[in-house]
Amino acid sequence: MRTSLVSNFLAVILFSLGPVLFAKESSGETGGPQGTKEEIREYIAHHLQDSHDFSIASYTDASGEVVHWGFPLPVILWDNGLKVFSSARFHHGETVAEVGGNYYRLYHSKIYKTDAGGTIRYDEDQHPVNQKPLDFSITKNVVMMLVTGLLLFWLFTGMARNYGKNNGIPMGIGKFFEPIVLYIRDDIAIPNIGEKKYSRYMPLLLTVFFFIWFLNMFGLTPLGVNVTGNIAVTTALALIVFLVTNFTGTRDYWKHILDPLGDGMPWFGKLIIYIILVPIEILGIFIKPFALLIRLYANMTAGHVVLMSLIGLIFIFKSWVGGPLSFGLSFAISLIEVLVALLQAYIFTMLSALYFGFASEEHDHGHGHEHEEPELANL
Amino acid sequence: MEIPSVIGAGLAVIGAGIGIGMIGGRAMEAIARQPEAYGKIQTAMLIAAALIEGIGFAAIFAG
Repeated sequence: MRTSLVSNFLAVILFSLGPVLFAKESSGETGGPQGTKEEIREYIAHHLQDSHDFSIASYTDASGEVVHWGFPLPVILWDNGLKVFSSARFHHGETVAEVGGNYYRLYHSKIYKTDAGGTIRYDEDQHPVNQKPLDFSITKNVVMMLVTGLLLFWLFTGMARNYGKNNGIPMGIGKFFEPIVLYIRDDIAIPNIGEKKYSRYMPLLLTVFFFIWFLNMFGLTPLGVNVTGNIAVTTALALIVFLVTNFTGTRDYWKHILDPLGDGMPWFGKLIIYIILVPIEILGIFIKPFALLIRLYANMTAGHVVLMSLIGLIFIFKSWVGGPLSFGLSFAISLIEVLVALLQAYIFTMLSALYFGFASEEHDHGHGHEHEEPELANL
Repeated sequence: MEIPSVIGAGLAVIGAGIGIGMIGGRAMEAIARQPEAYGKIQTAMLIAAALIEGIGFAAIFAG
Protein backbone atom coordinates (compact mmCIF):
# COMPACT_ATOMS: atom_id res chain seq x y z
CA MET A 1 0.00 0.00 0.00
CA ARG A 2 2.65 2.43 1.03
CA THR A 3 4.96 1.58 -1.88
CA SER A 4 2.18 2.14 -4.40
CA LEU A 5 1.42 5.48 -2.78
CA VAL A 6 5.06 6.50 -2.97
CA SER A 7 5.46 5.38 -6.57
CA ASN A 8 2.27 7.19 -7.60
CA PHE A 9 3.57 10.30 -5.94
CA LEU A 10 6.90 9.98 -7.74
CA ALA A 11 5.17 9.40 -11.07
CA VAL A 12 3.06 12.54 -10.64
CA ILE A 13 6.15 14.57 -9.81
CA LEU A 14 8.09 13.21 -12.76
CA PHE A 15 5.30 13.85 -15.23
CA SER A 16 4.71 17.35 -13.98
CA LEU A 17 8.43 18.00 -14.21
CA GLY A 18 8.63 16.79 -17.81
CA PRO A 19 7.85 20.14 -19.46
CA VAL A 20 10.17 21.92 -17.04
CA LEU A 21 13.00 19.53 -17.76
CA PHE A 22 13.00 19.94 -21.48
CA ALA A 23 11.57 23.41 -21.91
CA LYS A 24 14.89 25.15 -21.94
CA GLU A 25 16.69 22.53 -23.94
CA SER A 26 14.43 22.94 -26.94
CA SER A 27 14.91 26.69 -26.95
CA GLY A 28 18.66 26.04 -27.35
CA GLU A 29 20.34 29.09 -25.90
CA THR A 30 24.10 28.66 -26.37
CA GLY A 31 25.32 26.00 -28.74
CA GLY A 32 22.17 23.92 -28.34
CA PRO A 33 21.84 20.50 -26.71
CA GLN A 34 23.87 18.82 -29.45
CA GLY A 35 26.86 21.07 -28.78
CA THR A 36 26.59 20.52 -25.03
CA LYS A 37 26.44 16.75 -25.40
CA GLU A 38 29.44 16.81 -27.67
CA GLU A 39 31.33 18.94 -25.17
CA ILE A 40 30.48 16.60 -22.28
CA ARG A 41 31.58 13.60 -24.31
CA GLU A 42 34.87 15.30 -25.13
CA TYR A 43 35.37 16.25 -21.50
CA ILE A 44 34.84 12.67 -20.33
CA ALA A 45 37.20 11.34 -22.99
CA HIS A 46 39.79 13.88 -21.90
CA HIS A 47 39.36 12.90 -18.25
CA LEU A 48 39.90 9.21 -18.98
CA GLN A 49 43.23 9.96 -20.64
CA ASP A 50 46.59 10.51 -19.09
CA SER A 51 47.83 14.09 -19.34
CA HIS A 52 51.09 16.00 -19.33
CA ASP A 53 49.98 18.56 -16.76
CA PHE A 54 48.20 18.17 -13.44
CA SER A 55 45.11 20.30 -13.91
CA ILE A 56 42.46 20.36 -11.21
CA ALA A 57 39.95 22.58 -12.99
CA SER A 58 39.66 25.04 -15.86
CA TYR A 59 37.10 27.68 -16.69
CA THR A 60 36.53 30.53 -19.08
CA ASP A 61 36.69 33.93 -17.42
CA ALA A 62 34.77 37.09 -18.29
CA SER A 63 37.20 38.14 -21.01
CA GLY A 64 36.80 34.77 -22.74
CA GLU A 65 40.21 33.45 -21.72
CA VAL A 66 40.53 29.86 -20.45
CA VAL A 67 42.04 29.78 -16.97
CA HIS A 68 43.68 26.54 -15.79
CA TRP A 69 44.13 25.56 -12.17
CA GLY A 70 46.97 23.14 -11.69
CA PHE A 71 50.66 22.79 -12.31
CA PRO A 72 52.82 21.64 -15.22
CA LEU A 73 54.81 18.40 -15.10
CA PRO A 74 58.20 17.58 -16.56
CA VAL A 75 58.30 16.21 -20.09
CA ILE A 76 61.08 13.72 -20.84
CA LEU A 77 61.56 12.83 -24.48
CA TRP A 78 64.06 10.61 -26.26
CA ASP A 79 64.52 12.03 -29.74
CA ASN A 80 68.16 11.69 -30.83
CA GLY A 81 69.18 12.50 -27.29
CA LEU A 82 67.43 13.20 -24.03
CA LYS A 83 65.19 16.25 -23.94
CA VAL A 84 63.78 17.46 -20.64
CA PHE A 85 61.52 20.47 -20.37
CA SER A 86 58.39 21.65 -18.56
CA SER A 87 54.97 20.95 -20.01
CA ALA A 88 54.12 24.60 -19.32
CA ARG A 89 55.77 25.29 -22.68
CA PHE A 90 52.90 23.56 -24.47
CA HIS A 91 50.37 25.96 -22.89
CA HIS A 92 47.80 23.14 -22.73
CA GLY A 93 48.30 22.27 -26.36
CA GLU A 94 47.81 25.80 -27.63
CA THR A 95 51.41 26.54 -28.58
CA VAL A 96 54.40 24.72 -30.02
CA ALA A 97 57.34 24.00 -27.72
CA GLU A 98 60.78 24.60 -29.21
CA VAL A 99 63.55 22.50 -27.64
CA GLY A 100 67.07 22.34 -29.06
CA GLY A 101 65.99 23.14 -32.61
CA ASN A 102 63.08 20.66 -32.63
CA TYR A 103 59.42 21.57 -32.36
CA TYR A 104 56.89 19.54 -30.38
CA ARG A 105 53.18 19.92 -30.00
CA LEU A 106 50.51 18.36 -27.81
CA TYR A 107 47.62 16.89 -29.71
CA HIS A 108 44.94 14.95 -27.78
CA SER A 109 47.37 14.50 -24.85
CA LYS A 110 50.07 12.99 -27.08
CA ILE A 111 53.31 14.65 -28.13
CA TYR A 112 54.09 14.97 -31.84
CA LYS A 113 57.11 16.36 -33.60
CA THR A 114 56.14 19.22 -35.88
CA ASP A 115 57.64 22.03 -37.90
CA ALA A 116 57.96 25.58 -36.52
CA GLY A 117 54.32 26.34 -37.40
CA GLY A 118 53.02 23.32 -35.48
CA THR A 119 51.21 21.73 -38.44
CA ILE A 120 49.89 18.23 -37.91
CA ARG A 121 49.29 16.14 -41.02
CA TYR A 122 46.57 13.53 -41.08
CA ASP A 123 45.99 10.33 -43.02
CA GLU A 124 42.60 9.53 -44.53
CA ASP A 125 41.24 8.26 -41.15
CA GLN A 126 42.01 11.59 -39.43
CA HIS A 127 44.94 10.05 -37.51
CA PRO A 128 48.05 12.22 -37.22
CA VAL A 129 51.00 10.93 -39.23
CA ASN A 130 53.61 13.14 -37.56
CA GLN A 131 56.59 11.46 -35.94
CA LYS A 132 56.11 10.63 -32.27
CA PRO A 133 59.24 10.87 -30.09
CA LEU A 134 59.69 8.26 -27.34
CA ASP A 135 57.85 9.69 -24.35
CA PHE A 136 59.14 8.93 -20.83
CA SER A 137 57.41 11.92 -19.25
CA ILE A 138 56.35 12.17 -15.64
CA THR A 139 52.66 12.39 -16.51
CA LYS A 140 49.71 12.81 -14.17
CA ASN A 141 49.34 9.04 -13.76
CA VAL A 142 53.04 8.60 -13.05
CA VAL A 143 52.86 11.33 -10.40
CA MET A 144 49.87 9.65 -8.76
CA MET A 145 51.61 6.27 -8.77
CA LEU A 146 54.75 7.76 -7.23
CA VAL A 147 52.66 9.56 -4.60
CA THR A 148 50.75 6.35 -3.79
CA GLY A 149 53.94 4.34 -3.64
CA LEU A 150 55.55 6.83 -1.25
CA LEU A 151 52.36 7.04 0.82
CA LEU A 152 52.23 3.25 1.17
CA PHE A 153 55.91 3.09 2.01
CA TRP A 154 55.57 5.81 4.64
CA LEU A 155 52.38 4.32 6.15
CA PHE A 156 53.55 0.74 6.36
CA THR A 157 57.12 1.32 7.48
CA GLY A 158 55.72 3.56 10.21
CA MET A 159 53.30 0.82 11.20
CA ALA A 160 56.06 -1.77 11.25
CA ARG A 161 58.14 0.45 13.55
CA ASN A 162 55.18 0.95 15.88
CA TYR A 163 54.68 -2.80 16.12
CA GLY A 164 58.28 -3.18 17.23
CA LYS A 165 57.97 -0.42 19.84
CA ASN A 166 54.60 -1.50 21.15
CA ASN A 167 55.19 -5.24 21.64
CA GLY A 168 53.15 -6.23 18.59
CA ILE A 169 50.05 -4.24 19.45
CA PRO A 170 48.81 -1.98 16.65
CA MET A 171 48.82 1.78 17.17
CA GLY A 172 47.01 4.59 15.40
CA ILE A 173 46.33 3.87 11.74
CA GLY A 174 47.63 0.35 12.30
CA LYS A 175 44.41 -0.46 14.12
CA PHE A 176 42.60 0.18 10.87
CA PHE A 177 45.00 -1.68 8.60
CA GLU A 178 45.75 -4.71 10.76
CA PRO A 179 42.42 -6.49 10.13
CA ILE A 180 42.77 -5.88 6.39
CA VAL A 181 46.28 -7.32 6.29
CA LEU A 182 45.15 -10.28 8.38
CA TYR A 183 42.16 -10.79 6.10
CA ILE A 184 44.43 -10.96 3.07
CA ARG A 185 46.65 -13.47 4.84
CA ASP A 186 43.97 -15.67 6.40
CA ASP A 187 41.19 -15.50 3.83
CA ILE A 188 42.99 -14.89 0.55
CA ALA A 189 46.56 -16.19 0.71
CA ILE A 190 46.34 -19.26 2.95
CA PRO A 191 43.20 -20.89 1.47
CA ASN A 192 44.37 -20.36 -2.11
CA ILE A 193 48.11 -20.90 -1.93
CA GLY A 194 48.40 -23.21 1.03
CA GLU A 195 49.91 -23.10 4.49
CA LYS A 196 53.37 -24.09 3.26
CA LYS A 197 54.09 -21.55 0.56
CA TYR A 198 51.85 -18.56 1.15
CA SER A 199 54.45 -16.42 2.93
CA ARG A 200 56.50 -16.15 -0.26
CA TYR A 201 53.65 -14.37 -2.04
CA MET A 202 52.37 -12.23 0.82
CA PRO A 203 54.51 -9.12 0.08
CA LEU A 204 53.32 -9.05 -3.53
CA LEU A 205 49.67 -9.68 -2.65
CA LEU A 206 49.63 -6.97 0.02
CA THR A 207 51.40 -4.45 -2.21
CA VAL A 208 49.10 -5.13 -5.15
CA PHE A 209 46.00 -4.92 -2.96
CA PHE A 210 46.85 -1.64 -1.27
CA PHE A 211 48.29 -0.10 -4.42
CA ILE A 212 45.13 -0.80 -6.43
CA TRP A 213 42.83 0.14 -3.57
CA PHE A 214 44.57 3.47 -2.89
CA LEU A 215 44.68 4.36 -6.58
CA ASN A 216 41.00 3.47 -6.98
CA MET A 217 40.16 5.70 -4.04
CA PHE A 218 42.28 8.55 -5.40
CA GLY A 219 40.25 8.23 -8.59
CA LEU A 220 37.13 9.19 -6.60
CA THR A 221 38.67 12.37 -5.17
CA PRO A 222 38.32 15.69 -7.02
CA LEU A 223 41.96 15.35 -8.11
CA GLY A 224 40.52 13.91 -11.29
CA VAL A 225 43.01 11.11 -11.76
CA ASN A 226 42.18 7.86 -13.50
CA VAL A 227 45.20 5.64 -12.94
CA THR A 228 43.67 2.18 -12.55
CA GLY A 229 41.35 3.03 -15.44
CA ASN A 230 44.41 3.26 -17.69
CA ILE A 231 45.01 0.08 -19.65
CA ALA A 232 48.80 0.51 -19.60
CA VAL A 233 48.82 0.54 -15.79
CA THR A 234 46.62 -2.54 -15.45
CA THR A 235 48.67 -4.28 -18.14
CA ALA A 236 51.82 -3.69 -16.12
CA LEU A 237 50.14 -5.03 -12.97
CA ALA A 238 48.86 -8.12 -14.78
CA LEU A 239 52.29 -8.62 -16.37
CA ILE A 240 53.87 -8.77 -12.93
CA VAL A 241 51.31 -11.38 -11.85
CA PHE A 242 51.92 -13.32 -15.07
CA LEU A 243 55.70 -13.34 -14.62
CA VAL A 244 55.52 -14.29 -10.94
CA THR A 245 53.01 -17.06 -11.67
CA ASN A 246 55.11 -18.65 -14.38
CA PHE A 247 58.53 -18.15 -12.84
CA THR A 248 57.48 -19.65 -9.53
CA GLY A 249 55.62 -22.47 -11.27
CA THR A 250 56.54 -25.89 -9.96
CA ARG A 251 57.12 -29.04 -11.99
CA ASP A 252 53.55 -30.07 -11.23
CA TYR A 253 52.17 -26.78 -12.56
CA TRP A 254 53.82 -27.30 -15.93
CA LYS A 255 52.91 -30.97 -15.93
CA HIS A 256 49.30 -29.97 -15.34
CA ILE A 257 49.43 -27.74 -18.40
CA LEU A 258 51.32 -30.03 -20.77
CA ASP A 259 50.03 -33.37 -19.47
CA PRO A 260 46.69 -32.62 -17.77
CA LEU A 261 45.37 -36.18 -17.56
CA GLY A 262 48.39 -37.51 -15.71
CA ASP A 263 49.72 -41.05 -15.73
CA GLY A 264 46.37 -42.80 -15.43
CA MET A 265 45.86 -43.10 -19.17
CA PRO A 266 47.87 -44.80 -21.95
CA TRP A 267 49.55 -42.39 -24.39
CA PHE A 268 47.43 -43.38 -27.42
CA GLY A 269 44.29 -42.51 -25.50
CA LYS A 270 45.65 -39.14 -24.48
CA LEU A 271 46.90 -38.19 -27.94
CA ILE A 272 43.47 -37.35 -29.44
CA ILE A 273 42.33 -35.36 -26.42
CA TYR A 274 45.61 -33.51 -26.09
CA ILE A 275 45.40 -32.05 -29.61
CA ILE A 276 42.58 -29.90 -28.23
CA LEU A 277 43.35 -29.82 -24.52
CA VAL A 278 47.00 -28.75 -24.45
CA PRO A 279 46.58 -25.68 -26.69
CA ILE A 280 43.66 -24.60 -24.51
CA GLU A 281 45.74 -25.00 -21.36
CA ILE A 282 48.61 -23.03 -22.91
CA LEU A 283 46.22 -20.29 -24.03
CA GLY A 284 44.90 -20.25 -20.47
CA ILE A 285 48.30 -19.11 -19.19
CA PHE A 286 47.84 -15.88 -21.15
CA ILE A 287 44.08 -15.49 -20.83
CA LYS A 288 44.16 -15.47 -17.02
CA PRO A 289 46.29 -12.30 -16.63
CA PHE A 290 44.55 -10.79 -19.65
CA ALA A 291 41.18 -11.17 -17.91
CA LEU A 292 42.73 -9.55 -14.81
CA LEU A 293 43.87 -6.49 -16.70
CA ILE A 294 40.63 -6.06 -18.67
CA ARG A 295 38.49 -6.47 -15.56
CA LEU A 296 40.23 -3.79 -13.53
CA TYR A 297 40.54 -1.39 -16.47
CA ALA A 298 36.93 -1.80 -17.61
CA ASN A 299 35.44 -1.56 -14.13
CA MET A 300 37.25 1.63 -13.22
CA THR A 301 36.70 3.23 -16.63
CA ALA A 302 33.01 2.36 -16.55
CA GLY A 303 32.69 3.83 -13.06
CA HIS A 304 34.35 7.08 -14.12
CA VAL A 305 32.25 7.37 -17.27
CA VAL A 306 29.00 6.83 -15.35
CA LEU A 307 29.94 9.34 -12.66
CA MET A 308 31.00 12.03 -15.11
CA SER A 309 27.95 11.47 -17.30
CA LEU A 310 25.71 11.98 -14.28
CA ILE A 311 27.53 15.19 -13.44
CA GLY A 312 27.10 16.18 -17.08
CA LEU A 313 23.31 15.91 -16.62
CA ILE A 314 23.42 19.37 -15.04
CA PHE A 315 24.46 20.90 -18.35
CA ILE A 316 22.01 18.85 -20.38
CA PHE A 317 18.93 19.68 -18.29
CA LYS A 318 19.79 23.37 -17.90
CA SER A 319 17.06 23.84 -15.30
CA TRP A 320 16.80 23.80 -11.51
CA VAL A 321 16.05 20.05 -11.62
CA GLY A 322 19.45 19.16 -13.04
CA GLY A 323 21.45 20.12 -9.97
CA PRO A 324 19.69 18.08 -7.26
CA LEU A 325 19.05 15.18 -9.66
CA SER A 326 22.65 15.03 -10.77
CA PHE A 327 23.87 15.45 -7.20
CA GLY A 328 21.63 12.68 -5.85
CA LEU A 329 22.48 10.21 -8.59
CA SER A 330 26.21 10.89 -8.56
CA PHE A 331 26.25 10.71 -4.77
CA ALA A 332 24.64 7.27 -4.88
CA ILE A 333 26.98 6.09 -7.62
CA SER A 334 29.96 7.47 -5.69
CA LEU A 335 28.98 5.32 -2.71
CA ILE A 336 28.78 2.28 -4.98
CA GLU A 337 32.13 3.26 -6.47
CA VAL A 338 33.72 3.27 -3.01
CA LEU A 339 32.55 -0.32 -2.69
CA VAL A 340 33.74 -1.16 -6.22
CA ALA A 341 37.15 0.36 -5.49
CA LEU A 342 37.60 -2.08 -2.62
CA LEU A 343 35.96 -4.98 -4.46
CA GLN A 344 38.17 -4.66 -7.54
CA ALA A 345 41.31 -4.53 -5.41
CA TYR A 346 40.03 -7.61 -3.58
CA ILE A 347 39.18 -9.49 -6.78
CA PHE A 348 42.57 -8.69 -8.33
CA THR A 349 44.39 -9.92 -5.21
CA MET A 350 42.11 -12.93 -4.85
CA LEU A 351 42.56 -14.10 -8.45
CA SER A 352 46.32 -13.44 -8.29
CA ALA A 353 46.45 -15.63 -5.18
CA LEU A 354 44.43 -18.28 -7.01
CA TYR A 355 46.90 -18.28 -9.92
CA PHE A 356 49.86 -18.39 -7.53
CA GLY A 357 48.15 -21.33 -5.87
CA PHE A 358 47.95 -23.15 -9.20
CA ALA A 359 51.60 -22.35 -9.86
CA SER A 360 52.90 -23.58 -6.52
CA GLU A 361 50.81 -26.74 -6.24
CA GLU A 362 52.68 -29.88 -5.46
CA HIS A 363 51.05 -33.25 -5.68
CA ASP A 364 51.82 -36.19 -3.49
CA HIS A 365 52.83 -38.68 -6.14
CA GLY A 366 52.50 -41.71 -3.95
CA HIS A 367 48.72 -41.88 -4.16
CA GLY A 368 48.09 -42.01 -7.88
CA HIS A 369 44.57 -40.86 -8.63
CA GLU A 370 43.79 -39.47 -5.23
CA HIS A 371 45.93 -36.39 -5.80
CA GLU A 372 43.17 -34.73 -7.82
CA GLU A 373 40.99 -34.37 -4.73
CA PRO A 374 42.69 -31.61 -2.72
CA GLU A 375 43.08 -29.52 -5.84
CA LEU A 376 39.35 -29.61 -6.53
CA ALA A 377 38.62 -28.72 -2.95
CA ASN A 378 40.84 -25.68 -3.38
CA LEU A 379 38.70 -24.32 -6.17
CA MET B 1 21.34 -7.61 -43.57
CA GLU B 2 24.09 -6.78 -41.16
CA ILE B 3 23.31 -6.74 -37.44
CA PRO B 4 25.07 -3.89 -35.60
CA SER B 5 27.78 -5.10 -33.23
CA VAL B 6 26.23 -2.96 -30.50
CA ILE B 7 23.20 -5.25 -30.43
CA GLY B 8 25.44 -8.28 -30.05
CA ALA B 9 27.26 -6.58 -27.20
CA GLY B 10 23.93 -5.79 -25.56
CA LEU B 11 22.80 -9.41 -25.84
CA ALA B 12 26.07 -10.61 -24.34
CA VAL B 13 25.68 -8.19 -21.44
CA ILE B 14 22.11 -9.43 -20.86
CA GLY B 15 23.54 -12.94 -20.67
CA ALA B 16 26.23 -11.85 -18.23
CA GLY B 17 23.61 -10.06 -16.14
CA ILE B 18 21.42 -13.15 -15.94
CA GLY B 19 24.48 -15.20 -15.05
CA ILE B 20 25.57 -12.92 -12.23
CA GLY B 21 21.98 -12.72 -11.00
CA MET B 22 21.75 -16.49 -10.84
CA ILE B 23 25.05 -16.71 -8.98
CA GLY B 24 23.91 -14.11 -6.47
CA GLY B 25 20.54 -15.80 -5.98
CA ARG B 26 22.01 -19.26 -5.55
CA ALA B 27 24.63 -17.90 -3.17
CA MET B 28 21.89 -16.40 -1.03
CA GLU B 29 20.00 -19.70 -0.99
CA ALA B 30 23.19 -21.45 -0.01
CA ILE B 31 23.90 -18.94 2.77
CA ALA B 32 20.34 -19.28 4.06
CA ARG B 33 20.76 -23.02 4.13
CA GLN B 34 24.21 -22.98 5.70
CA PRO B 35 24.89 -19.63 7.38
CA GLU B 36 28.13 -20.94 8.90
CA ALA B 37 29.62 -21.33 5.40
CA TYR B 38 28.99 -17.65 4.66
CA GLY B 39 32.65 -16.72 4.09
CA LYS B 40 33.43 -19.56 1.72
CA ILE B 41 30.24 -19.10 -0.29
CA GLN B 42 30.84 -15.38 -0.61
CA THR B 43 34.38 -15.91 -1.90
CA ALA B 44 33.29 -18.48 -4.46
CA MET B 45 30.42 -16.22 -5.51
CA LEU B 46 32.69 -13.22 -6.05
CA ILE B 47 35.16 -15.23 -8.12
CA ALA B 48 32.44 -16.64 -10.36
CA ALA B 49 30.79 -13.23 -10.71
CA ALA B 50 34.13 -11.63 -11.58
CA LEU B 51 34.80 -14.22 -14.27
CA ILE B 52 31.40 -13.64 -15.89
CA GLU B 53 31.82 -9.90 -15.57
CA GLY B 54 35.03 -10.22 -17.57
CA ILE B 55 33.07 -11.73 -20.46
CA GLY B 56 30.53 -8.92 -20.22
CA PHE B 57 33.25 -6.29 -20.47
CA ALA B 58 34.96 -8.13 -23.32
CA ALA B 59 31.63 -7.99 -25.17
CA ILE B 60 31.23 -4.27 -24.47
CA PHE B 61 34.68 -3.58 -25.87
CA ALA B 62 34.07 -5.76 -28.93
CA GLY B 63 30.75 -3.99 -29.54
